[in-house]
Amino acid sequence: MKKTTLLTLLVALVYLLHQDFWNWKKIEPLVLGFLPIGLAYHVGYSLVAAATMALLVRFAWPKQLDADEKSTPRRPEDAR
Amino acid sequence: MIPAIIVAAYLCVVLYIGIFAFRKGTSSKEDYFVAGRSLGPYVFLLALFGTNMTAFAILGSSGLAYQRGIGVYGLMASASGLVIPLCLFFIGTRLWALGKKFGHVTQVQYFRDRWECSHIGTVIFALTAAMLVPYIIIGVMGGGHTLEALTTVMGADGKPALHEVMRNGQAVMETKHWVSYEVGGAIVALVVMSYVFFGGMRGTAWVNTFQTLLFLGFGAIAFVLISKNLGGFDRIISEMAADPKTAPLLTRQRIPMAEFFSYTLIPLSAIMFPHIAIMCMTAEKVSSFKKTIIFYPICILLIWLPCVVLGVVAVHQFPGLKVGESDDVILRLLTANTDPLLAGMLGAAIMACVMASDSQILALCTMFSQDVFAHYGGGQKFGEKAQVWTGRIFVILITTLAYFIGLHLEDKAGIFELAIRFAFSGFAALAPVMLAALFWKRSTKWGALAATLWVAFAMAGTWWLFDSTAALAPKPGQPFVQIFPAFGDLLLRSSSGVLVHGYLPVLPMVLGSAFFMVMGSLLTKPPGLATLNKYFPPGNHGDAATSSLSPKQI
Repeated sequence: MKKTTLLTLLVALVYLLHQDFWNWKKIEPLVLGFLPIGLAYHVGYSLVAAATMALLVRFAWPKQLDADEKSTPRRPEDAR
Repeated sequence: MIPAIIVAAYLCVVLYIGIFAFRKGTSSKEDYFVAGRSLGPYVFLLALFGTNMTAFAILGSSGLAYQRGIGVYGLMASASGLVIPLCLFFIGTRLWALGKKFGHVTQVQYFRDRWECSHIGTVIFALTAAMLVPYIIIGVMGGGHTLEALTTVMGADGKPALHEVMRNGQAVMETKHWVSYEVGGAIVALVVMSYVFFGGMRGTAWVNTFQTLLFLGFGAIAFVLISKNLGGFDRIISEMAADPKTAPLLTRQRIPMAEFFSYTLIPLSAIMFPHIAIMCMTAEKVSSFKKTIIFYPICILLIWLPCVVLGVVAVHQFPGLKVGESDDVILRLLTANTDPLLAGMLGAAIMACVMASDSQILALCTMFSQDVFAHYGGGQKFGEKAQVWTGRIFVILITTLAYFIGLHLEDKAGIFELAIRFAFSGFAALAPVMLAALFWKRSTKWGALAATLWVAFAMAGTWWLFDSTAALAPKPGQPFVQIFPAFGDLLLRSSSGVLVHGYLPVLPMVLGSAFFMVMGSLLTKPPGLATLNKYFPPGNHGDAATSSLSPKQI
C-alpha cells in the first residue's frame, strides 16, 4: 500500500477512535487512582493525536513548501 | 488588595511587552500586522495556542465539566487535539506559503485574488467581522468583572462588605469594591488597546506567549495545591463513584452520543477564525509549523485536563451550583483550599491570563485596514504607513466602542456569550470554503458565495429557532422536546439549544456549506487560466501552494 493511503487510513482511524462508545457508562478502572477510564482514554487519545501528527510531519510533510521557502523572497516588494 | 496588585503588575508587564515590541519593530505593514513573518517555532507555538485560549474556553470547560462530567474533555479538548493540528498541517502551512509568496495578510485577500472577485471577499469579511465582534465585547466585560471581583472590600468578619446605593430610585445594599466594573473595564481596555496599538502582531504574540507560560505554571501549582489540601483526588473520585448522584459525572451519561460526535466538527472553526489564520502568516519558516502541529495536542492536554478534573471534583465540595454559577469553580476551589494570599495570587494570575481579547481586536483591525481601507483604494493612494495608522486608529475605535457597549449592555452579556457559541459553528461551517480554495482548482466565487450565504442563513435560522422556542426548553437532564411535532425528531429543543435530529446545528451547517460550495462551483465558470496558473503552478503537485495538474486537466 502506498504511504499516502496508509497515512490517510491512520488519520481516519484516529478520528473514529474518538467515538469510544464502549466507555460511555464505565467508571472503572480508575487509572492512576483518580482518572475514570473514559477520561483516561481521552488523555491517551491526546497522546495518540500528537504521535499521529509526528508521523504526518515525518512522512507527509509538503516538501515543496520547504523548497518554496528557500526560493521565495521575504516580501513581493523585495522581488522588484 | 494582594490580588489587585498581582493583576496591576501583570498589566504593567504586558504593557511593557507591547512597548518593547514597538521599539523592536519597523513601520512597515507586514511588521505591524504579521510581525514581519518572523516568529520562531516556540513563540509561534505558544502564541498560537494562547490566541485560542480564551476565558470562554478555559473557565467554560470547568463550568461545563461541573454540570456534565468528565466527557467534557472528549467534547472540547481531545477532538481539538486532533482536528486543529490537522487544520494547521493542511491549511495553515498553505496559507503561510501563499501569504509569503503573494503578500497576503488576511484570508479575504487570498479569496479575492483566488476567485478573481472583490465582492466575495467583502461578503466573507462582513460575516467574519460580525462573528468576531462579540468576542471583543465579552473580553472587555470580562476585564471589568475580573477587576471588580478581585478588589472586593472585605469586612471585619471576613465577608464582603456591603454599602447602600440607589438603584432606580430605591436604596439597595451592594458589595463594595475598590475598583468598579466601569473603571476595571476601562483599565483593561486601555492596557489591551495600548499594547495592540504600539506592538501590533509582535506585541500581541509575545503577550500571548507570556500568558500561556504563566497559565501553564500557575495552573499546575493550583492543581497540585488543591489536590493536596483535599487529601488527593483519588479519595474524592472514589467517593463520587460510590454516590449514585455524582457517579454519572464520572461517565458520559449526561452527554448524548450524537452531540459528542457533532462536537468533533467544532474545532474546524479554528483555522477560519481570522485571528488564527492571520497568526499562521507570522511564522518565520514553514518548518516552524512542525513543532506546533506535534505539540498542540500536548498543550491542550496540559491545560484542559486540570480544568475538567477540577470542574468535576468541585461537585464534591460545592454541590448544587446552577448553570452560570459553576463557571467560577476553579476560583472557588482555590479560595477554599489554599490560604487567602496564595488563592488571591493564583486566582488573579489565572484570571489575568484569560481576560483579554487582544488577538481578536488586532485581527479585526488588520481586516479593516487590509480588506476595506487598502482594498478600496486607500492602499494605493496613501501608501503603506497609512495602512498601519488606519489599523491603529481602528484599534482605538473598536476598543472604545466595545467598552461603551460593555458598559451599557452589561446585563446582556448572555446574548454576546450566546453569539460566541453560534460563531464557533459559523466559522466551522466556513472551513469547506477554505478547503475548496486551497485544494480544488474547479472551485468558483459563486460556490463560495453560495456556501457563505448558506452559513449566514443557517446561523440566523438557528438563532431564531433558539429564541422562539425558549418556552419549550426542557430542564437539564430532561428529554428533548420536538419543535415541530409534524416533523418528528427533525428539530429538537434541548435545555441548551436547538438540535437537528439529535445532532448540533454545526453538522448540517458544515455539510450544507460543502454541498453549496461544490454545486455552486460545478454550475459556474472556473477562474481564468492566469489565476489558476498563479495558484496551481504547473509542475508542482496537489494544492494551491504545491499543485501539479496543468489547468487543462481541470
